[in-house]
Amino acid sequence: MNRTKALSGELLRLKEEIEQYAINFGLTYYPVVFEVCNYDTICILAAQGGFPSRYPHWKFGMDYDQLSKGNTYGFQKIYELVINTDPCYAYLLSSNRIVDQKLVMAHVYGHADFFKNNAWFRTTDKRMMDVMANHGTKIRKYMNRHGQDKVESFIDAALSLENLLDVNVLFETAEVRRKREELEKTAVEEALRGDDDDGRSTALKSFMRSKKRNEFSDDLTGDEVVGDFDYKAIDENVDGTRDIMKFLMQNAPLEDWQADIIGCLREEAYYFLPQRMTKIMNEGWASYWHSKIMTEKALKSSEIIDFADVHSGVMAMSPKNINPYKIGIELFRDIEHRWDTGKFGKEYQDCTDMNKKHNWDKKLGLGREKIFEVRKSHNDITFLDEYFTEEFCDRQQIFTYKFNPRTGRNEIDSREFKEIKEKLLNQLSNFGQPLIEIESSNHNNRSELLLRHVHRGVDLDMNFATATMRNIYLIWKRPVNIKTIVEEKEVFYSYDGNELKEVK
Amino acid sequence: MDHPVKRDHARFRKIVKGRIRENLKKYVSGGEMPIPKGKEVFKVPMPQIETPRFKFGGKQEGGTGQGDGQQGDPVDGQPGEGEPGQGEAGEGEGKKELEVELSIEELASILGEELELPNIEPKGKKSMESTTNKYTSIGTVGPNSLKHYKRSYREALKRQVATGNYDFNNPVVVPIKSDMRYRAANTTVTYENSAVVIYMMDVSGSMGDEQKEIVRTESFWINLWLKSQYKDIEVRYIIHDATAKEVDEDVFFRTRESGGTLISSAFKLCKEIIDADYNSSEWNIYPFHFSDGDNWSTDDTKLCLDILDNDILPNSNVFCYGQVESRYGSGQFYKDLDQKYGTDNDDVILSKIKNKEAILDSIKDFLGKGK
Repeated sequence: MNRTKALSGELLRLKEEIEQYAINFGLTYYPVVFEVCNYDTICILAAQGGFPSRYPHWKFGMDYDQLSKGNTYGFQKIYELVINTDPCYAYLLSSNRIVDQKLVMAHVYGHADFFKNNAWFRTTDKRMMDVMANHGTKIRKYMNRHGQDKVESFIDAALSLENLLDVNVLFETAEVRRKREELEKTAVEEALRGDDDDGRSTALKSFMRSKKRNEFSDDLTGDEVVGDFDYKAIDENVDGTRDIMKFLMQNAPLEDWQADIIGCLREEAYYFLPQRMTKIMNEGWASYWHSKIMTEKALKSSEIIDFADVHSGVMAMSPKNINPYKIGIELFRDIEHRWDTGKFGKEYQDCTDMNKKHNWDKKLGLGREKIFEVRKSHNDITFLDEYFTEEFCDRQQIFTYKFNPRTGRNEIDSREFKEIKEKLLNQLSNFGQPLIEIESSNHNNRSELLLRHVHRGVDLDMNFATATMRNIYLIWKRPVNIKTIVEEKEVFYSYDGNELKEVK
Repeated sequence: MDHPVKRDHARFRKIVKGRIRENLKKYVSGGEMPIPKGKEVFKVPMPQIETPRFKFGGKQEGGTGQGDGQQGDPVDGQPGEGEPGQGEAGEGEGKKELEVELSIEELASILGEELELPNIEPKGKKSMESTTNKYTSIGTVGPNSLKHYKRSYREALKRQVATGNYDFNNPVVVPIKSDMRYRAANTTVTYENSAVVIYMMDVSGSMGDEQKEIVRTESFWINLWLKSQYKDIEVRYIIHDATAKEVDEDVFFRTRESGGTLISSAFKLCKEIIDADYNSSEWNIYPFHFSDGDNWSTDDTKLCLDILDNDILPNSNVFCYGQVESRYGSGQFYKDLDQKYGTDNDDVILSKIKNKEAILDSIKDFLGKGK
């Protein structure tokens, strides 16, 4: 089924031209494969996170439904779809104008360079196309064996875990991972040789449990006795665990196929995680390069207006949120300017003469080098923490807003640099998601799961939290509790399989 | 061969319909109605279909934005547009509430399944013409976009051979104007069953906003069902207090009169409309009357029954009377109709609508007989 086709003719010539500019500017990347397709195909791909083949699930259909009606991003066409793989795949919309295609290509080379060089992407699997396809095959097989409804409703529950990840796992390189798996394997082999029980590793315990798995009911009602599952065998030393997906995959009373599905979803979630942690940098970097390549090299004078039009659409500021494209590109440009002129370091910081500061130019010319270095080692949080300065904040007219209960609307709150920066960093911390940790897997000594919401000023949406806990209960099959803060009061909720109750 | 995502899509649509069906009662009694969008499509808001995850609560969260403005200025405008989407799975944040588009057929089938409504056996001749064009023939005139090249060149070749202008060694064919052939439309006429719904409503003082809301909701779903059964329906609206007049839909739901109630006035007007515009051998006719059951006098009620018997019932598929309870209405008219026709009559369907929760049952009363 060929829904996409390779470049040819004018577009191929353009690609070669743009690629040469990218190389000359010093961008490095895995080979980029451009494919051309129509709007429907772009929608299909975008709904599936850019991948042609995913596991079957209605949520992809939902995203496709919304995308194909153009609801998702207002009235706009998708300009870019780039996949972090080797080779790097990028899709061009066949109905776009030549000037759009040029811009997209230049933008794509920026992303491709980022994917290859940014430290947070080091451990992402560059063969994800195949991995995703394999997950699809596996899950289809499970559906044939256990029934589509049963498998799909399990996926529904497991998807609730998708943001319960630990960003530190990204540092676990393939090598470390292999070593760990090796260790686990030997532990199991030793156990099979009948070594003594003392000091059994978790890996071994989970192996023993997985042998028992097949005896449990895999029914997801959650209200029946969980076979003779031995929660007591779980290592209770779990306080502070953030990789909750992994914890449940290894320790919950699941059938093999269920544990495997959680494993698939977890692998995919970790694959996308670096993109969620570097949205501002990644889009900023790509926008920086499309803008540079276009304005300095690739634009024909007849295309300037169209380019400006599209570019300004991408860069639009919004009072409701920070546009990552805009803030990212401006920050890279600001860094470049500061390192070209030497506007950094103690001498510059301590200078109090505003005029002198403004005209400061030490002719260092280190800007280009600096931004390449920055794109290598930072993620959004460290990027902003390090380079988001007061001058920049003022220039960009950034403010914080908050909800005013009296008027029932969101209103501008502050233009105070300190508050803005704190708010920004808070919004970005833990890839923008609430930070949830396991405190105990044997709460009350009754094998109840106790979660802790590490509160940083913003409450949870309790309706969603309740539904999420219901799904975790379906997997854990024992009561699930959470400690959090609601309206500045510490609260403790317990979900017992029927309802969420506050425990005083 | 379709892409697997189309299967995911079909699955999603199925889930959505299931959700709507589950919540239909809540939905209908909440007075919520799908928002018409375009000719045959409705938008239905679908809260709570996304996967639940731990996420931040909306209100106190606040955020950061860019642009002009003083402290205290509102930032709630249109959500930022012009952000190119980079396909990123699992990023459901910041999405607007999901809206799903459903066609009339889809919505009607949900209603039909939920209420187990039988399909209607249309009566009368097929009278509504509908024409479809298919480009199946060839003409000598037409626009360039319909030019039939093969046929045009064949004509040109015939002409050149016949006039001796064709050179076998240099086979060039040049069509002239008279050689040109164009695809032409063959019009086929099909006849459809046609239906008209005539809504009558008492707008005297005792009918309050809540009663009208009930009628509005009910008529929406009734229209939807009839539209799914007939190719197209006509709808006429009559309001009455002591006198009746025909109005458009908007006025129908907004008018409030003070004054007495003569139901016969509406029935008379209904009869006139049928006589003037709808030959009952060609039309499926559905008169609906909604009131709180008060009528001016027993004499008028007698008159109503006469008009029903002599003029309306013989010409209609079925006559439906819906009585919305109000604080002031006596509900006498229902009793009078009940006494004469009973609840098991094939030509007259009576339904009491206590409150919004009863709307769905009442729709089932009216449409459940498949008349």
